[in-house]
Amino acid sequence: MITWNAWLPMLVPAVSLLAGAWIFCLREDQRGLRGVVNITSALLKIMLVILMLWGVYQHQFYEFRLHLFGRVDLVLHADPVSLLFVSLSAILWLVTTIYAIAYLEGSPNRTRFFGFFSLCVSATTGIALAGNLLTFLLFYELLTLSTYPLVVHRGTEKALRAGRVYLAYTVGGGAVLLLAISWLYSLAGPVQFLERGSLAPLAASHPGELRVIFGLLVAGLGVKAALAPLHGWLPVAMVAPAPVSALLHAVAVVKAGAFGLVRVVYDLYGIELCRDLQVLVPLSLVAAFTIVYGSARALFQDDLKRRLAYSTVSQVSYIALGIATLGPLATTGGIVHLVHQGLMKITLFLCAGNFAESLHIHRISEMNGVGRRMPWSTAAFSLAAFGMIGVPPMAGFVSKWYIGLGALEAGSPWVILVLLASSALNAAYFLPIVYRAWFLPPPKAAATAGWSAGDSIHPALLWPVLATCFLALLAGLLAGSSYSPLFWARLITAREYGL
Amino acid sequence: MSWIVFTVLSPLFGAVASVVTGGRLRDAVIALTAGGTALSCVMTAAAVHAAGAPLRLSVGGWGAPLGIRLHADGLAVVLMGATVVIGAFVTAYARSYFGFRAESGREALFWPIWFIMWGALNALYLSGDIFNLYVTLELINLSAVALVALPRTEAVLRAAIRYLFVAFLGSLSYLFGVALLYAETGALDIAMLARAVEPGLSASASFALMLAGLMIKCALFPMHFWLPPAHANAPSPVSALLSSVVVTASAYIALRLGFTVFSPLLASPLAPVIGTLGAAAVIWGSLSALLQPRMKMVVAYSTIAQVGYIFLLFPLAAASPAAATLAWYGAIYFAVCHACAKAAAFLAAGAVLDVAGHDEVRRFPGLARRFPVAFFAFGLAGVNLVGLPPSGGFLAKWLLLQSAIGQGAWVVAAVLIAGSLLAAGYIIRVLERAIVEEGIVTRPADRRHRGLTWPALGLAMAPIVLGFAAHLPMALLEIGSPVGAFP
Repeated sequence: MITWNAWLPMLVPAVSLLAGAWIFCLREDQRGLRGVVNITSALLKIMLVILMLWGVYQHQFYEFRLHLFGRVDLVLHADPVSLLFVSLSAILWLVTTIYAIAYLEGSPNRTRFFGFFSLCVSATTGIALAGNLLTFLLFYELLTLSTYPLVVHRGTEKALRAGRVYLAYTVGGGAVLLLAISWLYSLAGPVQFLERGSLAPLAASHPGELRVIFGLLVAGLGVKAALAPLHGWLPVAMVAPAPVSALLHAVAVVKAGAFGLVRVVYDLYGIELCRDLQVLVPLSLVAAFTIVYGSARALFQDDLKRRLAYSTVSQVSYIALGIATLGPLATTGGIVHLVHQGLMKITLFLCAGNFAESLHIHRISEMNGVGRRMPWSTAAFSLAAFGMIGVPPMAGFVSKWYIGLGALEAGSPWVILVLLASSALNAAYFLPIVYRAWFLPPPKAAATAGWSAGDSIHPALLWPVLATCFLALLAGLLAGSSYSPLFWARLITAREYGL
Repeated sequence: MSWIVFTVLSPLFGAVASVVTGGRLRDAVIALTAGGTALSCVMTAAAVHAAGAPLRLSVGGWGAPLGIRLHADGLAVVLMGATVVIGAFVTAYARSYFGFRAESGREALFWPIWFIMWGALNALYLSGDIFNLYVTLELINLSAVALVALPRTEAVLRAAIRYLFVAFLGSLSYLFGVALLYAETGALDIAMLARAVEPGLSASASFALMLAGLMIKCALFPMHFWLPPAHANAPSPVSALLSSVVVTASAYIALRLGFTVFSPLLASPLAPVIGTLGAAAVIWGSLSALLQPRMKMVVAYSTIAQVGYIFLLFPLAAASPAAATLAWYGAIYFAVCHACAKAAAFLAAGAVLDVAGHDEVRRFPGLARRFPVAFFAFGLAGVNLVGLPPSGGFLAKWLLLQSAIGQGAWVVAAVLIAGSLLAAGYIIRVLERAIVEEGIVTRPADRRHRGLTWPALGLAMAPIVLGFAAHLPMALLEIGSPVGAFP
């Protein structure tokens, strides 16, 4: 039983790593086998995650440790925080894989695409389960490497330019992170991620250095988390195929950055140390600025995917804001938004992919009347957009509510103003889309078709959208139940604050 | 004990046998030689590991100072092991590469010359005195020039002649240093010299002369001008060998002598000078690599940059014993991983050149679809050259960075990181051209070239394996290490 517990955290990334290696060895025309490998590994991963969820809930400890060299170990362990992120990526990976198989049907280079797609998920789960900073960095860089081929998948000059920008940001961010981690190791030795932090012993002797390292860590992670002004890659990377934008740029990559911030604040520095060093106030200011700035920029985008991208910039910073606001309620709100934003944003991106795929609609100005032509996708889009605005009972409301309450609890009421301003901006850029889609007449060519009974797209493109939308709805409706992300976030908060 | 001798003898037997045989028989000789050399190197490493201490062997029973003494410590067997890995894959690659061409003639000379070089490399790593180091290094350089000159085109011959002159210049400088040291101390054996050398003008002069010779030979900035044409115009298996094992051999001597015979001089002003040259090499080499129009030139300039990292060890080691230990293990591991990755990158570039008929980056669009394995191998080697996890290059850079940050050498840390970013630039520049699909009619790859692309991929996996299995080479390196156990 001991060995089983030790291997379980390693198996989760290994499943998709092996699936990726297998897919690389397949020929381009072996689409059936490729699909089977993809789906089987996704299902296998979900089963492993469910096993660990059950164990961690019962205070089971899962840790895999591989001695690399000297004092440096590769550590993967499962704690409540990592499981929140792992569950999210495991579920969304399954959904997106089904979607991607249908979306890329008939296009070239699918072996390469799905091979790297699997590597990405391996990297994401590795980030989630990393037990120390070096392991985190390993998977963080692996994520950069494996997402690049997906961003440039189309092989057009535009895609390559985007890839260059993407790499310039992420490799640069990785270098800053490497510097910070290396500095920290030479100060403190191999530091683990522990609940309530592990750097407290250094607080008295090296406060200045710890502050600078915190700044470097936030800068390195902030690139992927798209904190302004390090967000420039995200809108550009939207040239990638829809499933990539959806899973990677709305969920895996930006979440990897945000998740890293969670780790740094709670499990590395710890709340008390962060408070003593007074490093959270600058972080919350940056996050607040990014929230408003991202929303404001989103307002002026006509390209649907670019508008969604700026919306991501804004929404991911809710997580940073929740983390940077001291107090259990804000923590809960920030951490639960990790899941809520993922569910809603993936729905929006997959819907955008559906509009582009079946109606060739890329711009918001072309979206008049899509509700009549693709009622299901548009309905899912609208619900997710309401969630982003923060309309109850969608999941987005729950996160905003907790962050707002937490801000009051922490005595920083200005956060409420940020939330209000951002919600108003969210409404200003999402509601016109919803209005156009449902209430404006479609262009003449399409008008003759009238209301269609259902979406005329492949079911494998429609069902994933409905599934994620449904999950986002459930996460909000059943927030109080003991199976909800909120419940799990409160469990994390209780352990981090020692409540 | 006798395994040690066979690490030198079996490639030499192979060199003779490959001249007098042909056809399938020669294939068997090649396989047998590579296998036999690999086996004897592995057994030597196993013996050193089992003994836990350096092995010494006096050939023919003559001890120092008269006879040839072989000296196998952890550093020697690790580098011999790296040569085995690289040598095995390059041999497999060269079998396909030259197999496409005439069975006999000039190109058939590759085999005896390469096996002589392999034997000389092993002898160099095993030799315990500075004159034998000179002899073996000379042998390596002569065979390297001969290998470059295999194809009889004008550009190649010009590069080969230039290489020959530069190598001689380096040898001469090194030999002067040896003579000076011998005149002063009357000893050639490294262990004896380490006890005899005292800091002073003559010791500094001989160190400077020997180091200058070695720096020319491993193309440290600003003596790097000869390397790119020689390495990039040579036949691809030769390019791979030159940029990996040959360059590493010269750097090895510099490290070996710097930390034994001349260790009292590490704190002298020489160390920062060498470090500055190393840093300049990292920046200059990487920037030049960014501008090269040909893939093999990119890889060749990358060698200049990566050699610079190894020499950053000298200023880092001067500060404190703890910093020296970290930097020493980092630099050695860096040299090993770089050798594997660089050879793999050249093999991949060579496969592209051979199959596509050119290696101009500008004309790459569509090639990634035709030769996915070659470009995947190049990317994988690139991961190590950039120093990204999970490669051994990352571990090595991590150790160097730890040493630099621990002593507050922020300039060195900045150079390490800037070099990585620039490397990412020149690797991606090549890869992204190959990914372009616009306006390109692609033909599917023909299967004839698997013999070139798969060895490249296999060798490109080596640095990744070194990233995960670092404790074995590190444990070996601790045996007889001049800086103590790995921290």
